[in-house]
Amino acid sequence: MGMPQGAIEIENLSKEYPYGFLSLKKKKSLEDLTMSVEDGEVFGFLGPNGAGKSTTIKLLMRLIFPTAGTARILGKSIDDVEMHGSIGYLPEQPYFYDYLTAYEVLDYFARFHGLTGSDRAARVAAMLKKVGLDTAKKIQLRKYSKGMLQRVGLAQAILHEPKVVVLDEPMSGLDPLGRREVRDIILDLKRDGRTVLFSTHVLSDAEMLCDRVGVIVGGKLRGIGAPGELMDMKAQGMEILFELSGAAGNLPLLANATRTGDRYHVQLPEAELYAALDALKAAGARILSVAQIKPTLEEYFMHLVEADRAQATAVEVSGK
Amino acid sequence: MRNVQTVAANTFREAVRDRVLYNLVFFALLMIGVAILVGQISIGIERDVIVSLGLTAISVIGIFISIFLGVALVSKEMDKRTLYALLAKPVKRWEFLLGKFVGLVMTLTVNTAAMSAGLYIALWTVNHGLQKGDAYILAAVYLILLKLALIVALALLFSCFTTPFLAILFTAGVYVAGLFAGDLRTVHGVELDPGALQLVRGISYLLPNFENFNVMGAAVHGHGIPGTIVWQATLYAILYIAIVLTGAAIVFSRRNLK
Amino acid sequence: MGAVLLTGMVCVWQLQEKVDAERRTLKLDNDELAMRSPAVMKRLSLEYAPLMGAIYWTRAVQYFGGKHREHDPDLGQLWPLLDIATTLDPNLIVAYHFGATFLSDSPPRGAGEPEHAASLLERGIKANPEHWRFYQDLGNVYYFDKKDYLKASQAFEAGGKLPGTPPFMKIMAAKIAAEGESLETSFALWMELYQSTRDNDVRKNAEEHLRMVKMQMDLRALDRIADDYEKRTKERAACINELADAGLLSGQPLDPAGFPYVLGQTGRAEPNPRSPLRQEWLKGKK
Repeated sequence: MGMPQGAIEIENLSKEYPYGFLSLKKKKSLEDLTMSVEDGEVFGFLGPNGAGKSTTIKLLMRLIFPTAGTARILGKSIDDVEMHGSIGYLPEQPYFYDYLTAYEVLDYFARFHGLTGSDRAARVAAMLKKVGLDTAKKIQLRKYSKGMLQRVGLAQAILHEPKVVVLDEPMSGLDPLGRREVRDIILDLKRDGRTVLFSTHVLSDAEMLCDRVGVIVGGKLRGIGAPGELMDMKAQGMEILFELSGAAGNLPLLANATRTGDRYHVQLPEAELYAALDALKAAGARILSVAQIKPTLEEYFMHLVEADRAQATAVEVSGK
Repeated sequence: MRNVQTVAANTFREAVRDRVLYNLVFFALLMIGVAILVGQISIGIERDVIVSLGLTAISVIGIFISIFLGVALVSKEMDKRTLYALLAKPVKRWEFLLGKFVGLVMTLTVNTAAMSAGLYIALWTVNHGLQKGDAYILAAVYLILLKLALIVALALLFSCFTTPFLAILFTAGVYVAGLFAGDLRTVHGVELDPGALQLVRGISYLLPNFENFNVMGAAVHGHGIPGTIVWQATLYAILYIAIVLTGAAIVFSRRNLK
Repeated sequence: MGAVLLTGMVCVWQLQEKVDAERRTLKLDNDELAMRSPAVMKRLSLEYAPLMGAIYWTRAVQYFGGKHREHDPDLGQLWPLLDIATTLDPNLIVAYHFGATFLSDSPPRGAGEPEHAASLLERGIKANPEHWRFYQDLGNVYYFDKKDYLKASQAFEAGGKLPGTPPFMKIMAAKIAAEGESLETSFALWMELYQSTRDNDVRKNAEEHLRMVKMQMDLRALDRIADDYEKRTKERAACINELADAGLLSGQPLDPAGFPYVLGQTGRAEPNPRSPLRQEWLKGKK
């Protein structure tokens, strides 16, 4: 089967780290990853810390070298240095030369993309504005907060209008306002038709932004698809929120309800919904809301993590 | 080459903004002031002591800068992860290394020039003018600069594959060993079997022969320094540096960043 | 707070003065040299040997000055210091000249080690073959302190062969070869050194020797006059005045220290008992 021409194609990518005495033991931080990211889509890497998300990204950026497997970006091998002119990268917890100002850092990076003279100056100015650092551009980076550094990182990743943008934990360390800004920038990029790959362990961001999501746990890809597809979308019942004051009587319903003052919150199978509503109406309750219970990404996620841990323990116990 | 230039210019800018460098240069100029003083109590060799002390200061301080900053060139960027964003750009790893090297050598050149100017001022003050023999000091300073460039290259190489601490140790060790490389070839009075002798000779050629750059005796006494020595030392330096930097590029190209 | 610190420093200063005075009286003979081997020193100096040489030279001069100040005739460490200095920097011309005089000259003026002076000069000649004054120094060492007139003459001869040397060298070579030691030669040698050296200590030393030689020349002249007198009067003169009265002398001849010569018990000329030069003259006669 031929690989579809995606913006990023990864085939059997693996990374092992030797460790221990005489580096004899090997830790597999990424095992046999095969996937692709389509042109123009926003793809999220999800996973707990140390799962292999950063490893994958660093492998793609050629900061570390694979033990096995290959990858291509925009149809070119990741060994192709020229190709890097069309991609942008934001490292995890970025740090730049603290003796430079934001303007100087962006100007420095812009030079590697062949931007010259006034063109470069204009582009840098535009970027600074876009990430909201225009007023701070003359201040040395050593005085910047984490959020500001993140924004500088974003700016250098996109200033050359790359076709593919790879962001490693772009929301980390940001306050809600900052996260909102990053989300907006990502949506902007998508609107411009660029491909975005980012990693995060904040699930709500992934749900909100991504066309597709890849879940990596323990160095392996566990699931890939649109956030909604990943889990069984079968609704698991209905949830009613209601208010009931005074003696509730002996509504069998209330036995399973959680109560806060006069408010009750109960879950029940869909089939029993209308009977319950009638009963509540008869009891004089005030219905506040009725909603479907859907499994969240978080639950799916936790399920995966626990399964992985259980397997790891089993492996240890069996002494393999 | 544009990339090399960009990295070099930034490395130079970093050194200029790093206040440590100013302290060192100040210290060197202080040494030269001391030299004037010492010249007063050294009977019959006032000028010689100034030149001697001045060149020693330039050399020693230059060596400290070369080793410590040379090692920091790469290891600081790897530690602080400033390297990550850069290597994702269309820059080859060897371009980065070469740019760092050139940047530090440019810095050393400026420093050395400043300290030499101080030395000449000291000489002028004490001797109320300059003599013919004083011109040879420039040759000595130039050779010191070649030596410093070689040390930077070595520091760069070692920092590409060991920790900063070990890199500093190795570089300093190779410097000291390199000073005695010539002696290894003339070792006598010791009975060695031919195999061991060959090995020792081999090592003596492998080590950087830092004595090639030492003309302090001639400069101190105002004797001429033959042009042959100067261009041969230049050629040696270029060749050896090229080898070391190539080695560093090879190592660095395959290195997994943390 | 500042006043406390100031008082503290003043106390330290005063205490240090007392310590210095105490140590002076104790004559602690600390070894000037932690490292005696010139070869090792050269290794340790890495590529900074000329500077280390200059430092050792300076230390040698300070050592010498200190010993002289304290009238301590023991200059045992002068040779090791100069040895190391010239090993580290073989072009340290001033060190060789200094060593030539003060290693060779007998105590209390020098260390009394003419063999060391000769080795030092040989090294100097080897490293600086065009510097003819080393041959002059070498000749002086052989002539004055080793009393080896053959070698002395040869040294002057060899030096005289170098380009740019004055005829003085060849003249001395010939004179010494012919006569060995003579007062005229001695005077000429010291005078040449006195006029040519730029080292104050060396010049002062040459001056002292010159005065001695001048005095001996004066005494010899006076003896001749006294003999002359004896021939005429069949009697030995009892004092200088008699010679003057006899018209053989004009006035009272003074020695270089400004004291009038006297005639001793044997009727031979002597320095005045009050003259500071008498001590040395007596030592020379032994």
